[in-house]
Amino acid sequence: MSVPDSRISTHLILQAGQADRQYWRDLWRYRELLLILAWRDVTVRYKQTVVGIAWAFIRPFLTTVVFTVVFGHIAKIQTNEAVPYAIVVIGGLLPWTLFSSVLGDASGSVIANSNLIGKVYFPRLIVPLATVLVVVIDFAVSLSILAGLMIWYRVVPGWQILLLPFFLMLALLASLGPAIWAAAVIVKYRDFRFVVPFVLQFGLYVSPVGFPSSVVPERWRMLYNLNPMVGIIDGFRWCIVGGDSPIYWPGFALSLAVTAFFLWLGVGTFRRIERSFADMI
Amino acid sequence: MANSAIRAEGLGKKFIIGHKVEQGGLLREAMTSGAKALLRRGADFLKGRARNISGQTEEFWALRDLSFDIRPGELVSIIGHNGAGKSTLLKILSRITEPTLGRVEINGRVNSLLEVGTGFHPELSGRENIFLNGAILGMSRSEMRQRFDDIVDFAGVAKFIDTPVKRYSVGMYVRLAFAVAAHLEAEILIVDEVLSVGDAEFQAKCINRMSQVADTGRTVLFVSHNFAAVSALTKRSLVLQAGRLTFDGPVEAGLAYYTESLGKSGKERYWGRGKDSTIVSAKLVDAAGAPTESFVSGTPLRLRVVVETSGMRGTSLELILRDQHNLPIAFYSSATFSNVPIPAQAGRYECVLSLDSYFLAAGEYNIDLQTTSTGIVVDHHVDGAVQFFVNACNPGEVAFDFRQDQGTGHLAMKLSAPLLFMPVEADQQTG
Repeated sequence: MSVPDSRISTHLILQAGQADRQYWRDLWRYRELLLILAWRDVTVRYKQTVVGIAWAFIRPFLTTVVFTVVFGHIAKIQTNEAVPYAIVVIGGLLPWTLFSSVLGDASGSVIANSNLIGKVYFPRLIVPLATVLVVVIDFAVSLSILAGLMIWYRVVPGWQILLLPFFLMLALLASLGPAIWAAAVIVKYRDFRFVVPFVLQFGLYVSPVGFPSSVVPERWRMLYNLNPMVGIIDGFRWCIVGGDSPIYWPGFALSLAVTAFFLWLGVGTFRRIERSFADMI
Repeated sequence: MANSAIRAEGLGKKFIIGHKVEQGGLLREAMTSGAKALLRRGADFLKGRARNISGQTEEFWALRDLSFDIRPGELVSIIGHNGAGKSTLLKILSRITEPTLGRVEINGRVNSLLEVGTGFHPELSGRENIFLNGAILGMSRSEMRQRFDDIVDFAGVAKFIDTPVKRYSVGMYVRLAFAVAAHLEAEILIVDEVLSVGDAEFQAKCINRMSQVADTGRTVLFVSHNFAAVSALTKRSLVLQAGRLTFDGPVEAGLAYYTESLGKSGKERYWGRGKDSTIVSAKLVDAAGAPTESFVSGTPLRLRVVVETSGMRGTSLELILRDQHNLPIAFYSSATFSNVPIPAQAGRYECVLSLDSYFLAAGEYNIDLQTTSTGIVVDHHVDGAVQFFVNACNPGEVAFDFRQDQGTGHLAMKLSAPLLFMPVEADQQTG
């Protein structure tokens, strides 16, 4: 007779509304599944492609070039002369790509894994979280563009660069809230499959990706920071070029509050709907 | 230690079912329902609340007032018609869906095999899929590493372990999938219909493995239409009918009870619905098109079937012919065998499926009908949709009644060319 595995609970009560009392503990127990699903997605993603993971580099690189030419040279947006425009762009593009990939991939993840959800139990939050891991790997690859540009333009980062992981965390949290919310709601309302790409396309222009947020008039800045990515992109740029791209702190606080709100809404909605995922999918 | 492995009290599960075939047509929906309903629905979805459109939906109890108690180490089979609630019960026990009413107490780690190969990814190799599948079923990597060799051995795919499973034959795929599932650790094992795959040899191996598992004192819950396996593996059976537990007792009595109910159930039971297609009704008809329950051997087998479809492309109408022991003996698929899928336009269709003349042995038969999308995924399956019997089978001129229970099979074969016995000279025999 085998020894029961102590990791998995051996006493369980299933009842309406409390089938998952130990949810967060289960989530921790299933952390290996999280890693394995992420590994699966990474492995499968670049199968049968010629350049493979280089795609994670090519896309943001070309976007940087285009944005630098369009905003910096054609539209001639005013910026601090001390900072090369390409650095401004990549500082905005990296967090934005992170945000849009998480929202885009995670929101469809529950539907994409419907065969699993209808057949096996595991905490469903694993599914969108696994896609986040995949995005982080791509992000790590595209960081090399930043490094390359900083060497090319001889930009020496200050102590602020050490705070980059903190802002990376914030960017993840900011994208996770809406992503989890959308992932859950899409199960019932497939309409959101059309809404999410639209929001992302729109968001690219209302977020300070191709331009610094300082071009926004002072009296609108608070309102502008309702977009949580504004504070986070500002933070990224501040990490990279330090005092030359100051953070607007009241706005940053507002961005944080909006992030927290979406996270609360996302997790709450997901937890409420996930119990009936299998019935709807 | 509690003295039951699974204890269910007053278990119930309610579904809200829609009555429209073309659900999910976003634009149409938006145009037909009023602006007020749209607004209300908008408010609903922001909060993630269930959608409620009165008049178009209906409550349906898949399970009702189910109570049973299974002790550790018991081997229990669950039998019942399609739509009787078996799958729903298994889904509740394996935590995929939660009950609407009542409660279940479970003592022990549950491992459920609701479908072999769940989560297999075609692009990944056999080795990679073993670990992926193991993780999905709740095993750690170190546990999987310990069992890896046993799994590969059992499946007999050692040579192809680093080949992507999309290059596997169906048999290899299924063997590997079952092997992973059969080597998992659990005190309670829930098995749904996995033995209906693979060749006879592999099935025997599976049944063998299952009884080994059972011998180690684990609790096994087993769902199958393979009555031979059910009676070989389990000692007690629960019979579900229309969501209620109608029998709980020794397996032989349970099977007898079920077989009897198959005979008289007939028309009124609810066949359930598929996601994109639904088999509404099916009848055996004679040459004149009148419904009948007896089939004359050697004449075409005619079924009048009504199906509903949401317009999914490439959906196949399929039938499985089963003998009196419920073992499958023949199969037909409209899309794969005759290249005639169900029309790709939403609506309700009637067809007469007229199959070649067979000399079926005398006895009872029943036919499962199912719709299958994209060639693999069964969308709607109806067990024993049609029952019929063959009174006599006399394929030749000599009076001889060929019967199922003679143990010589189900099909009397006919010659395609005259059979001639030619004399052979003694010295030519070695050549």
